[in-house]
Amino acid sequence: MKRWINKQKNIIDFTLSSLLRRKGKNTALFFIYMVIVFLLSSVMFYTHALKQEAKIILQSTPDIVVQRNVAGRHDLIPARYAEEIRKIRGVSAATPRLWGYYYDPQSRANFTLMVSESKPLASGDIMIGSGISRTLKVFQGDMMTFRTFAGDLLTLQVANILSSESELVSSDLILLSEEDFRYLTGMAKEHATDVVVRVRNPKEFKTVAGKIVNLLPDSRPILKDEILRTYDAVFDWRSGMVALVIFISVLAFIIFSWDKASGLSAEERMEIGILKAIGWETADVINMKFWEGTAISLTSFLSGLVLAYVHIFSASAPLFAQVLKGWSILYPSFRLTPFINPYQIATLFFLTVVPYTVATIVPSWRAATVDPDLIMRS
Amino acid sequence: MRRSEVYLSCLGFLFLLLASIFFHARYQQAHAALRLNEMARIVKELELTDLCLFTEARYTRHPSQADLQTPFQDHPMAMEHFPSGSFVKIPENIGRNTCYEALDQ
Repeated sequence: MKRWINKQKNIIDFTLSSLLRRKGKNTALFFIYMVIVFLLSSVMFYTHALKQEAKIILQSTPDIVVQRNVAGRHDLIPARYAEEIRKIRGVSAATPRLWGYYYDPQSRANFTLMVSESKPLASGDIMIGSGISRTLKVFQGDMMTFRTFAGDLLTLQVANILSSESELVSSDLILLSEEDFRYLTGMAKEHATDVVVRVRNPKEFKTVAGKIVNLLPDSRPILKDEILRTYDAVFDWRSGMVALVIFISVLAFIIFSWDKASGLSAEERMEIGILKAIGWETADVINMKFWEGTAISLTSFLSGLVLAYVHIFSASAPLFAQVLKGWSILYPSFRLTPFINPYQIATLFFLTVVPYTVATIVPSWRAATVDPDLIMRS
Repeated sequence: MRRSEVYLSCLGFLFLLLASIFFHARYQQAHAALRLNEMARIVKELELTDLCLFTEARYTRHPSQADLQTPFQDHPMAMEHFPSGSFVKIPENIGRNTCYEALDQ
């Protein structure tokens, strides 16, 4: 065993010397390889972590949300629809929900206005998300002025600020009383934005949704499953940006592997010929090429992976922030929880290290099986 | 120290870092439970349906509440207007003979 280890150490010594002879080329290769692994793993870590958080957080989202469609567009729903839905067997609760958007021309930010029954507020008071507080520098006790649908000004006092831990779901929220909401938006008393439905048995969600459509043909029920699936689709690996990054990375690896697999340079062939001539076995040459492939690919892979982890979970993904912010003025400040599994690492390993190592060994094996005299003369 | 020993030590260190990633992730998950539970509580209390990730447009703020065809309303294969729309996957049943209503099913 000790002899085998010593032999491997000697081969590694030789391989490293050989790599250092082409220092510039191999260093560039190492950095490019590392950057590609870094990008690929950053995208994988980020999308997986966001999907996992969405899955956990949105578990308690409403069972069914019923919207009303008029002329193919979302319209306000009559409050009496909630009473009719409540009569359906299996429905435990159906409550009209009041919410909407408010565009603030001064800050050019979009807010989400909402009336909450669980956090009742007195008329004139509001609760704001910490994203609004941070961006607009508005704090507890400050006043905020809104322009109503009729053009009047409505000034409301910030009674409280929602916890910063909940920023991922509440960053742009403004909670207000029903009276202020209706005054601000002009929504009539008999209307609501949509209806939230709770169903006793989760197996009956689809049946209840079918009954709602039969009872109220102009309604559109959105099931909890559909809500959860939305975030799978948003951060799906086949979707826009993510697919683009993966496509570019895979293309880069194909070019790498193609370059390696298409043959060895004259210098490398000569090296193999000399090694064979001085007594190296074919197995030793392949062993050396294995260590050469490993020295570049495994080191780049591990470094890229660790850097990607730090980038996403310690530095809050600064490289992706601009893409995610887009044209938003309000952007939640949050740090993702690291959800990683061995399957992700294995996928990345088989996508990056294995093809490169194989592409290094195969042409070397072909060169090593040819007569050394022939190689050196050619 | 031989070059091979330096290289193997570096490789060993990188493997150690890889292993520590898993321990760190496990540790962070245990600590994040409170934060995640707090968010789940707020979602339940306020009856929220979406994450507040993209506030630039209505349908990007609440993608689960928007019609599926909303980002593609100009034309089924039209380029998306808002940057965050470039994350969203085109609905699977989209095609030449697809009517808009079918996208919403």
